[in-house]
Amino acid sequence: MENLKAKAYDLRKDVINMIMAGKGGHIGGDMSVMEILTTLYFKEMNISPENMDSPDRDLFVMSKGHSVEALYAVLAAKGFFPIEQVIREFSKFGSKFIGHPNNKLPGIEMNSGSLGHGLPVCVGMALAGKMDKKDYRVYTVMGDGELAEGSVWEGAMAASHYKLDNLCAVVDRNRLQISGNTEDVMHHDDLCARFSSFGWNVISADGNDIDALYEAFETARTVKGCPTVVIANTTKGCGSAVMENKAGWHHKVPTQEEYEQIMKDLDARRARLIS
Amino acid sequence: MNKIPNRQAICDVLMEQAKTDKDIVVLCSDSRGSASLTPFANEYPEQFIEVGIAEQDLVSISAGLAKCGKKPFAASPASFLSTRSYEQAKVDVAYSNTNVKLIGISGGISYGALGMSHHSAQDIAAMAAIPNMRVYLPSDRFQTEKLIRMLLKDQKPAYIRVGRNAVEDIYSEENCPFEMDRAVVICEEEMRASASAHFEDTDVAIIACGEMVKPACGAAELLKKQGIRATVLDMYCVKPLDEAAVIRAAQSAKVVLTVEEHAPFGGLGSMVSQVVGRTCPRKTVNLSLPDAPVITGTSKEVFDYYGLNTEGIAKTAAKLLEEA
Repeated sequence: MENLKAKAYDLRKDVINMIMAGKGGHIGGDMSVMEILTTLYFKEMNISPENMDSPDRDLFVMSKGHSVEALYAVLAAKGFFPIEQVIREFSKFGSKFIGHPNNKLPGIEMNSGSLGHGLPVCVGMALAGKMDKKDYRVYTVMGDGELAEGSVWEGAMAASHYKLDNLCAVVDRNRLQISGNTEDVMHHDDLCARFSSFGWNVISADGNDIDALYEAFETARTVKGCPTVVIANTTKGCGSAVMENKAGWHHKVPTQEEYEQIMKDLDARRARLIS
Repeated sequence: MNKIPNRQAICDVLMEQAKTDKDIVVLCSDSRGSASLTPFANEYPEQFIEVGIAEQDLVSISAGLAKCGKKPFAASPASFLSTRSYEQAKVDVAYSNTNVKLIGISGGISYGALGMSHHSAQDIAAMAAIPNMRVYLPSDRFQTEKLIRMLLKDQKPAYIRVGRNAVEDIYSEENCPFEMDRAVVICEEEMRASASAHFEDTDVAIIACGEMVKPACGAAELLKKQGIRATVLDMYCVKPLDEAAVIRAAQSAKVVLTVEEHAPFGGLGSMVSQVVGRTCPRKTVNLSLPDAPVITGTSKEVFDYYGLNTEGIAKTAAKLLEEA
């Protein structure tokens, strides 16, 4: 587990390099979601380049598609494609590595980018699993700002109506969106109660703590008769004081000076984790 | 005269095929009755999913099912399916390339007096503009049946619009020429898929789709009595448009008339005009609904008012020829 915690910081550095090379990307959400993706891909989900075509694999949809750089870094670490290729090609003319998930790339199930699509799509995947009596599980990660999309709640309604206990949604609750604090833009402070009232099992966890996330996902597996949502309380820009909790870093590209500071900070955090 | 709505023909094929194909899934948004799919829901409850009045959910859930190997048919009023869930059709179905068949029921102005909220006079334009989305408007029950059978065999997205009302037969059990993505040429008593059809020299080529094909055929007969020769093209495949048939029909005629239950922009008329203008310029007129909320009335009253009936089509064709 300690290795995994360090890996999340290595992957953050991949993301920063990707964004510097591609001169764009959604850096703040990439940093907040990193432990969620790392836990899912390296501890929780049965998905790898070897079984990516198996009908029994677990399924993942990146509903907050703008955090695709974090997903690229994790998929590269899983062996779906080389990280060097991503850094070289990300956002470049004619590249497959565009700024939102695209299922022409191995390891990506669905195209996303427009918010509020992932959860209802996962409802379909989970329903298919129930129909075919498959054991696979279905996961999606949404942003907290994304929850203002009405389609999220259409999906939430259907998931509990059909008792989809093979579905686990994660909310990257970093409390910031492009215009500022989520609570100022459209408040979600009663998020747990909202999902609960829609018939979901709700787990609130530290979303930048791999131990806490793993425990949440393991608990979700044991809950029967309803879907589970993990409210992952995260820090936007997590990893460097340069970016942390600053709405302006939603999609800012670091200057060279900021880049050097961020990389130094990430190294320091990593070192602290393994010491 | 047999009068069976095309939506019922869809249900009949799906009922028959679902017996052996357990991957067929029908989804409705509180629309099973309007879609004539209640018998399917009753017969195959394990293969039927009700999503409630939630069209966005309907389409996204279908995409998720398709990703896992199911063959979803999502049926909802065309007005809502083509606009309320437009983004889901674009992103989750077309862009993600999922095998979802979107069935727009009660299309066009089927809901007559219910007003513009319930009309889908923009669905051809909207859906055809999405890359990787096909658009079909079958004309009668026999063609609908053949189309659905073919769509069950492929793995690609499609939008199919059918009307609410019963449609008079154009074809028959024995005589329903059908090739996928090929228009049907209806000339005098002969009906052939365009690839194998002989295009006789005529005065006017009438290119129609969906419920407008039947009155277009009637108009051709009326015109014949006036000494005007007309060929009708049943362009059920609006996208991919059978361009070869459009070109051959236009080349064989003096003028081209398109007829559709759609707004004047972005529909069959626009697409045909692009092809004719590019390849064999002929005077081309598009007979359609107006760029305005349509007048209140039953479908028939509305069609009559805008000249989208046998007499109206014949009159427009004759006038067009006169002016050519």
